[in-house]
Amino acid sequence: MKFEGLPREMIALRASREIKDGDYVNLGIGIPTLISNWIEGKDVILQSEIGMTKTGPLAFGEDVEQDLINASCQAVTQLPGTAYFDIFESFGMIRGGYMDVIVMGALQVSSKGDYAGWSNPARGLEVGNIGGSMDLCAGANKLLITMEHTTRDGQPKIVNELSYPATAKGKVNMIFTDLAVIEVIPQGLLLKELYPGLTLEDIQSVTEPKLIISPDLKEIEL
Amino acid sequence: MDKVWNSVEEAISDVEDGATVAIPGFFAAGVPRILLRALIAKGVKNLILACGCGPLLGASEELELLVKNRQVKKVIDSYALYRSASKGMQDSFEQAVRSGEIELEVYPMGTLAEKYRAGGAGIPAFYTPTGAGSVVEESIVTNIVENRKEKETRIFDGKKYVLEYALKTDFAFIHASMGDREGNLRYRMTSRNFNHVMATAGKITIAEVENLVEPGEIAPDDVHTPGIYVQRVVKVPRLTFAITID
Repeated sequence: MKFEGLPREMIALRASREIKDGDYVNLGIGIPTLISNWIEGKDVILQSEIGMTKTGPLAFGEDVEQDLINASCQAVTQLPGTAYFDIFESFGMIRGGYMDVIVMGALQVSSKGDYAGWSNPARGLEVGNIGGSMDLCAGANKLLITMEHTTRDGQPKIVNELSYPATAKGKVNMIFTDLAVIEVIPQGLLLKELYPGLTLEDIQSVTEPKLIISPDLKEIEL
Repeated sequence: MDKVWNSVEEAISDVEDGATVAIPGFFAAGVPRILLRALIAKGVKNLILACGCGPLLGASEELELLVKNRQVKKVIDSYALYRSASKGMQDSFEQAVRSGEIELEVYPMGTLAEKYRAGGAGIPAFYTPTGAGSVVEESIVTNIVENRKEKETRIFDGKKYVLEYALKTDFAFIHASMGDREGNLRYRMTSRNFNHVMATAGKITIAEVENLVEPGEIAPDDVHTPGIYVQRVVKVPRLTFAITID
């Protein structure tokens, strides 16, 4: 089963609303990177694990500088207050717990807040791209996941137990998908917001763990 | 103390078959491309390339030649494969990993950074929270089954940590925006990434510099890598390259 939901940009917009003034934030590759389009006007500093704080918007045309990229290998710009530093400094601040919010994409998330994102077994390789994901999880104060609710062929990505190799266990705080906003709580997964027009049966049919329904359940607020 | 060599060919003349070479760069930024090209021209084999975050995806033409010439025995990295599975299937490096011809040993990026830092700083091993709860805590992640050595873990204050070992390399190839004759280096923007930490981890550190200056021309407060870590300096032209890993 597959339902129409929010486009990727709107998933990013919804997740961006969890980012508050004063937050230091690291955005992973994919939908998380799109969040940078939605934080204009907020007093937020983006850290890029390549070794930069206060990462500016994407660079185009004459502003492209080949020595200045973000961790997704996109040309970016610097801002007044930008700082550059070494890679071990960068990961020191990541593991050291200085990031307020970390947003990552995922292949699977479990009802216990485990998440898998670094290796898709379908690729048939026992190695994969870990990148900075495990370090980011190790130091995360608040870990948000943005992703499509199901795989391309409609299989649930929110599962009871991970079947893909874990990136981290018990670290996810909230999940933002094209269909729902879900909080990971000690009792399981709390459904807080739902895409307009979907029923509780609809969302449960594409979500493996039994969802706990928030008494304040509402439509996804953009 | 003049450390300047006339050419990259001379500067790498003692890199022999089987050498471990640190290759900095974060995707396209800060990769020592001209030293890599000299390594390709020299044709040495069985190389172990110790990377940090996909410099060989950023320098894909150089990677293709290294694989085609069968010069690489092993790559150590955190992000060495194309993100797109279909593109990966077409890639000669990934094919060599799949066939077992090249070993790919994978670590979390921050763990790699710390392995080089420890290697350069006289620390033999360290405990890190990164990777606890994943396959990384169980054994070395590699496509070569017999090399999956078990890892040790230890609990501190109720939380699990993984023991990881320092990494020192025979050579480190460095790319710097500016270097003086005595080996003091300065990097630009995000091209710094793994360059400084790898300069400390190399037994012989060779820096290609876009601008070669006299001692004192880099203000003492502005030196990123003190020359004590750098044995050889070579002036190279500033290249233009595509910023992409797709």
